[in-house]
Amino acid sequence: MTTSRRKFIKISALGLGGVAATTSAINMFGANSYLDNLVKQDLTKNFKRTATYCEVCFWKCAAWTHTNEKGEIKKIIGNDDDPHCYGRLCPRGTGGVGMYNDEDRLKTPLIRTTINGEQTFREATWEEALDLIASKVNNIKENNGPESIALLKHGSPGKHLEQLFKAWGSDTFAEPAYAQCRGGRETGFATTFGSWIGSPEPTDIRDTNCLVLIGSHFGENMHNSPVQEMSDAIDKGATIITVDPRLSTAASKSKHWLAIKPGTDIALMLAWMNVLIEEGLYDKEYVEKYGLGFDKLKDHVKTFTPEWAYGITTIKPEDIRKTAREMGKAAPAVIIHPGRHVSWYGDDAQRERAMAMLNGLLGSWGRRGGFYFKESIKVPSYPLPKFPTPKWGWKEIGAKYPLAQMGLTFEVIKASIPNPENKYPVKAWFVSGVNLPKSIPNKKLLEEAMDNLEFMVVVDTMPMDVTGYADVVLPECTYLERYDHIRSANNREPSIALRMPAVAPKYDSKPAWWIAKQIGERTGVGNYFPYNDFKEVIEWQLKKMGTSLEEMEKIGVKNFPRKSRPLFLRDNENYEFGTQSGKIEFYSQELKDLGFDPMPVYTKHPEPPQGFYRLNYGRAPMHTFSRTANNPNLHELKKENDLWVNPKVARIMDIKQGQRVWLRNQDGVNSVFSIKVRVTERIRWDSVYMVHGFGHDNKKLSRAYGKGINDTQLISSVMVDPIMGGTGMRGNFVEILTENPNTNTEI
Amino acid sequence: MQEELFTSGRHIPNIDPYLQIWHWPISVYLFLGGLAAGILFFAALFYLMGKEKEYPTVVKNATIIVPIALTLGLLALLYDLTHKIYFWQLYTNFRIESPMSWGAWVLLAVTPLSFLWVFSYYSVLFPKLENKFQLLTKFKFLKSFEVYLKENRKYMAYALIPLTLILGVYTGILLSAFNARPLWNNAILGPLFLVSGLSTGAATIILMAKTSAEKHLFSKIDVGLVIIELALIAHMIMGYYAGSQVQLEAMQLLVAGDFTVMFFGFVVILGLIVPLIIEVIELMGFKVPVSIPAILILIGGLVFRFVMVEAGQLTRFLY
Amino acid sequence: MRYAMVIDTLKCVGCSDCVVACQTENDVPLGYCRDWIVETVNGTYPTVNLELKSERCNHCDNAPCVRCCPTGASYVADGGNIMVTPDECIGCGACIQSCPYDARYQHPDGWVDKCTFCNHRLEKGQLPACVSVCPTKCMYFGDLDNPNSEVSQLLKTRKHKTLAPEAGTKPHVFYLI
Ligand SMILES: Nc1nc2c(c(=O)[nH]1)N[C@H]1C(S)=C(S)[C@@H](COP(=O)(O)OP(=O)(O)OC[C@H]3O[C@@H](n4cnc5c(=O)[nH]c(N)nc54)[C@H](O)[C@@H]3O)O[C@H]1N2
Ligand SMILES: Nc1nc2c(c(=O)[nH]1)N[C@H]1C(S)=C(S)[C@@H](COP(=O)(O)OP(=O)(O)OC[C@H]3O[C@@H](n4cnc5c(=O)[nH]c(N)nc54)[C@H](O)[C@@H]3O)O[C@H]1N2
Ligand code: SF4
Ligand code: SF4
Ligand code: SF4
Ligand code: SF4
Ligand code: SF4
Ligand SMILES: [Mo]
Repeated sequence: MTTSRRKFIKISALGLGGVAATTSAINMFGANSYLDNLVKQDLTKNFKRTATYCEVCFWKCAAWTHTNEKGEIKKIIGNDDDPHCYGRLCPRGTGGVGMYNDEDRLKTPLIRTTINGEQTFREATWEEALDLIASKVNNIKENNGPESIALLKHGSPGKHLEQLFKAWGSDTFAEPAYAQCRGGRETGFATTFGSWIGSPEPTDIRDTNCLVLIGSHFGENMHNSPVQEMSDAIDKGATIITVDPRLSTAASKSKHWLAIKPGTDIALMLAWMNVLIEEGLYDKEYVEKYGLGFDKLKDHVKTFTPEWAYGITTIKPEDIRKTAREMGKAAPAVIIHPGRHVSWYGDDAQRERAMAMLNGLLGSWGRRGGFYFKESIKVPSYPLPKFPTPKWGWKEIGAKYPLAQMGLTFEVIKASIPNPENKYPVKAWFVSGVNLPKSIPNKKLLEEAMDNLEFMVVVDTMPMDVTGYADVVLPECTYLERYDHIRSANNREPSIALRMPAVAPKYDSKPAWWIAKQIGERTGVGNYFPYNDFKEVIEWQLKKMGTSLEEMEKIGVKNFPRKSRPLFLRDNENYEFGTQSGKIEFYSQELKDLGFDPMPVYTKHPEPPQGFYRLNYGRAPMHTFSRTANNPNLHELKKENDLWVNPKVARIMDIKQGQRVWLRNQDGVNSVFSIKVRVTERIRWDSVYMVHGFGHDNKKLSRAYGKGINDTQLISSVMVDPIMGGTGMRGNFVEILTENPNTNTEI
Repeated sequence: MQEELFTSGRHIPNIDPYLQIWHWPISVYLFLGGLAAGILFFAALFYLMGKEKEYPTVVKNATIIVPIALTLGLLALLYDLTHKIYFWQLYTNFRIESPMSWGAWVLLAVTPLSFLWVFSYYSVLFPKLENKFQLLTKFKFLKSFEVYLKENRKYMAYALIPLTLILGVYTGILLSAFNARPLWNNAILGPLFLVSGLSTGAATIILMAKTSAEKHLFSKIDVGLVIIELALIAHMIMGYYAGSQVQLEAMQLLVAGDFTVMFFGFVVILGLIVPLIIEVIELMGFKVPVSIPAILILIGGLVFRFVMVEAGQLTRFLY
Repeated sequence: MRYAMVIDTLKCVGCSDCVVACQTENDVPLGYCRDWIVETVNGTYPTVNLELKSERCNHCDNAPCVRCCPTGASYVADGGNIMVTPDECIGCGACIQSCPYDARYQHPDGWVDKCTFCNHRLEKGQLPACVSVCPTKCMYFGDLDNPNSEVSQLLKTRKHKTLAPEAGTKPHVFYLI
C-alpha cells in the first residue's frame, strides 16, 4: 500500500464530492451547529498566507504562515512544492507559532552593568547598545586585529553576521553543526568518495530496498523529508536495519534491530565488510570500476569475522551474517545512512569512513535507492566591495586537525583562554543562534573562555543559558517576522525558498540583517551594506535568477530543472570521484600520509566503572535541542526530559517510575536539577538515556526553567577526533543519586 | 515488563488525571434527591392508606424537608454545570435515552408537586406564620388554592408514588448508565440507590417523628430497607467479581483500595450494620435513642454517594 | 457516507504533530487536547516491542455520549461524525462520563469539546488537520461506505483493531497492526 501524492489528492476530491451531501443534509435538518458556523467563519476569514521557511531546526522546510485579520499568527502549514517537507511540517515546524507567541522572548537590548556589586542586565535602547558594541569592536580591532573577534553562530542569523565579520576582515567563524554534529561524517565520506554528505543528505530513502541506520534515530530525529521517505519505504516493504543500543522509534519499525553494545560500531561494520567480501555479496563490477584499494581492504577485514565481532558488539554472528546478506541482496538500492550527529567517541571520522566503505562495497553511491547526486542552484551574490583578507582565521585555529573543513567551536573556545603559546588569541565573541552552554561540552572550559573575553555579544530570540554570559544582548525577531537569505537547497532537483515577514517584529526586536548593517555602519564598514532593507537584496537576486519577489511571494518555493548531470550513475559512465585518485578510496593514502589509519580499525572505548552508567542522549520528535523547551505549544507536548532506566537497574537501585533523581558524572559534576525516572525496557542496563536540550537554568524561561536535566552539563569528558576535531560526547558516565547533592540549591 | 504511557497530549493538567469532572455537588444532589424521594414516597403512600392522622410526621411534617432538599439539590446540580447560562436547554429537550434528561424532567414534576403538597398543609403546618403574615386572609385566592389542593391531595399522591420511585431509581441510574465507568455500570445501582434513598427518607422521618408509634414503625421499615440494601451491596460486589478485568479493578477500589476505609468503614459498617443492630436492639424493647441509628444512616447515605461518585470516575476502560 | 480514520501503527512515530496541528487548526486552548499519543512497550530488552498510536474521539457508531446527552448538544452529524453544539451544551459532563476513551474534555468556556473529525475542513473538501500534517502519512481518512475508498481498502487488506471493542461503542478510528 503506497500513499503517493496523487492518492492524497484523490481523497480530497472524494471529500469534496461529499460536501454537497453534507451541507444539504445539515440544512435539511436545520442542525447547522454553532461550532460549524464559528469555524466556517474562521476559514472564510481568509487567513493571509505568507511564505517562509522554518527555523525551528536546520532542515529549513518551506511553509506558509497563516495570519488572521487581527495580525495574529494562527498556524504554519508546509509548502506542497517543497522537497524538504512535501507540504507537511514536522511537529516543531507546526508548533513554530509558539516561537513567535512566547511571551518570555527577549524584548529589548540588554547591557550588563553592576549595581551594588551585583552584576545584572539593564534594558537599553538600540542606539545605546549598538554604540557600545561599535566602540568595543573598534577598540579590539585596533589593538588585536579584527581576526581576534570570533563569530559563533548557527542558523540564519549567522549569514548576516558573517557579512559584517568579513567586512571587518575576520573569518574566525565556527558553528556547533560541525565539530559537535556532522563534521565526522563529512570527513569520513570525503576521504572515501571525495564528496561531503552535506545537508540535506542526498539519500534516496523513498526508493531504497534496505535502509541501515547506525544510531540515526529517525522518528525521534524529526528531520522532515527523511522521516517521510522512511515511511514511504516501510510502505514499499523495504528492509530497515537499525543499529542502536536503545530501542529507538526507528528500531521499533525495523525488521532487524541490532542492540549493539555502545561504542563498538566499527567492529560491527568491519564484520559486515568481512561477510560481504567473503561471501561475494558486494557489487563486484562497481568496486572493480570505481574502487581503489579493495584488495587491501579484503586483507584488512579477513580476520574481522562475525565471531570476532560478537565478542565486542554482543551481536550474534548469525545476525551479523543475516543482515549483511539482506544488504547484499538489496544492493545497490541500499543506504548505510551516514547519520548526522556523529561526534560520539572521537574515532568518528573513521566510523563514518567504515560506513562510506560499506556503501562503496554495496555500490550505492550514485545509484537509485542509494545516494543520488544532489544539485542546487546558485544564488547570485549581491554586489559588495571586495572583503579584506584576514591574516588568520578558523583554519589556523583548527590547524591541529588536518582534515577539519570548517571552524571548530572547541578550538575557538580554547584560543580564547590566554596562553603565551597561542598564536591566535581570540578576544571577543559574537554569538548568534548558538546556545553555547547546551551545545558545547566541557562547561568548565567554556566558562573559563567566556570569563577571559574582553567582550561578548549575544544575538538571540530568547533569554537562553548563553544570554546570561553576554555583555550585550540583542533581541532578534523570530523567523516569522523577518526577511532572510534565499534558501537554496541541494536536492534531487534544485529549489529555492523565500522567507518573508508575516507580521511586524514584536516588542523591540530586530532582524539580524538590520543588526549587522547597524553595527557595520558604526564600525566604518557601512559600504558593505549598500541597501536599506534586506528585501532589496532578495529582490535583486530573484530577478537575476529569472523570477521575482512578487512571484516568490505567491509560490514560496520554486523548483528548477536539473542541469549538472543525471541523478544517478549511467550504466557505462566513467565517473570521476572527488578524491585525490578519482576513485572510491577503500584505502586512503591521504589518511596514511597524515599519519592516520588508512582503513578503520576498531579501538576499545572506556566503559562505565562500577556503579556508573553510560550517559546516552538523543532527540525527542517535538523538540529541537534547547530552543523549543519554552515554546508554549511544544512545551505542552513534552515539558521535561526523563531518565530512561532499565528495570534491572531500577530494581538494583531501588528506584521507582516517576521518582526524581539527580546525576553525578565521572568527574564529580552534579546535575543542577533533578529528573524523573522512566523505567523502561527500551534501554540497556549499562546506560541511561535522556533527551538533549532540557534543564534550563535561566529563570526568565517561565515554562522551561528547572525542568529536567541538561545532558551537556554532564559531558565534561570529551574525546576529540584527531582527524577533524569533532568532540566525541558519548564517553561520559553517571551515577544515579536519590538525594539532592547540591548543598545550596536555590529554586 | 509492560509499559503504557502518554507521549503527549493527555497528561496535561486539564485532562488527565482531572477527568473527575463531577465534584461534591453531584454527590449532594444525588443524596438530597434520594432523601426527598424517600420522604415524599412515604408521605404519599401513607396518605393513600388513610394514615394521615395516625402518622402526621410522615404525611405532613417531614415533607417540609422535601422542597428544601430538592431546591438545594437542584442548586447543587446547577452549581456543577460548567455552561450554566444554557441550563434552560434541559427543558427544551427531552432525550429518552438520557438519564440526565429523565432526571431533569422528573425533578421538574416532583419539585413543584412537593411545594404544592406542603402548601396544601400550610395552615396546619405553619399556623404561627399565618398568624403573623395573614397571607391566606389577605390573599383570598391563596386560601382557595389551598382548599383546592387539599381536595385534590389524592391525585397528587397518585402521581407522586410513581414519580418518587422514578426519582429514587434515577439517582442510581444516572451513574449506572455510564458503561464507560466500570464501577457504575451495573444494574444494581438503580434499586440500590432507591432503597438507600428510602432508607435515608425513613431516617429523616424517625428524626422528626413526634410519636413513638411513628418512630417505631419507621425503625421497622428501616430495618427492612437496610437489610435489602446490604443484600444489594453484596450482590453488587459479587457482580464486579464476576465481571471483566476493568470491573475487577473497579472492585479493588472499594474492597482493597483508596476507598475501602470510606466504603466499608463509613458506609457498610457505621452507615448500615451498626444502625441495623441498634434498631433491632431497640425493636427488641431495649431503650436506645433512635436518633443515633437515624443519624448514622443519613451520614452513611451521604458518604455512600461520595464514594460512588468519586471512585466511579477513577475507573476507566483504558489506561 | 460514513467517515472513518485509519491509522497505521507500523508507521506512526509518535511525533505528536497531529496533536499540535489540531491545536493550531481548532484553537484548542493550551492545556487541553483533542488528540494524544499513547506509547506501549512490551517485552524484555533486547526483545522489545513498541507501539505508538495517535488517539482521539472514535466517532462511535453506537455512541453513548450522544445517548446520554440531556439536551441534544451532542449529536450525530452527517457522515456519522459525533459533534457538540456549544450553545446547546449545559456542561453537565454526562457525555464525558459516558465515553470509554476519555475523548472529551471541558472547554475552559464551559462547554464540552472533542475531536470533530475536522468537520469544517471536510465540508471544504480538505482532510482533517491531523491527517494532513502527519509526516509519516500514517493516517488515512475517508468514506467507509465506499468500498473503493482508501480506508475501506486498507481495512480489507490489513490486520487492524479498534480500541476497547468490549465497550461496545463500535469505534470508527481503526488501527492497522
Ligand atoms: N526532533 C528533532 N530532530 C532533530 C533535531 C532536534 O533537535 N530535534 N536535530 C537535528 C540535528 S542538527 C541532528 S545532527 C540530528 C541528530 O540525529 P541523529 O544523527 O539521528 O542522532 P544521534 O544523536 O547521533 O543518535 C542518537 C541515537 O544514537 C544512539 N546511540 C547512542 N550510542 C550509540 C552507539 O554507540 N552506537 C550506535 N549505533 N548508536 C548509539 C542513541 O541511542 C540514539 O538513538 O537530528 C536532527 N533532527
Ligand atoms: N549534549 C549535547 N550537545 C549537543 C548535541 C546533543 O545532542 N547533545 N547536539 C549537537 C548538534 S547535532 C548540534 S547541530 C548543536 C546545535 O546547537 P545550537 O544550534 O546551539 O542549538 P540550540 O540549543 O537550539 O540553540 C540555538 C540558539 O539559537 C537561538 N535561536 C533560535 N532561533 C533564533 C533566531 O531566529 N535568531 C537568533 N539570533 N537566535 C535564534 C535559540 O534561542 C538558542 O539560544 O548542538 C550540539 N550539541
Ligand atoms: S524538520 Fe521540522 S523543525 Fe526542521 S525545518 Fe522542517 S518543519 Fe521546521
Ligand atoms: S503525526 Fe502521524 S506519525 Fe506523528 S504522532 Fe501523529 S499519527 Fe503518529
Ligand atoms: S469516542 Fe467517546 S466521545 Fe467519541 S463518539 Fe465514542 S463515546 Fe462519544
Ligand atoms: S456536557 Fe454538554 S454535550 Fe455533554 S452531555 Fe452535557 S449537555 Fe450534552
Ligand atoms: S480530526 Fe481534526 S479535530 Fe480531530 S484530532 Fe484531527 S485535527 Fe483534531
Ligand atoms: Mo546537528
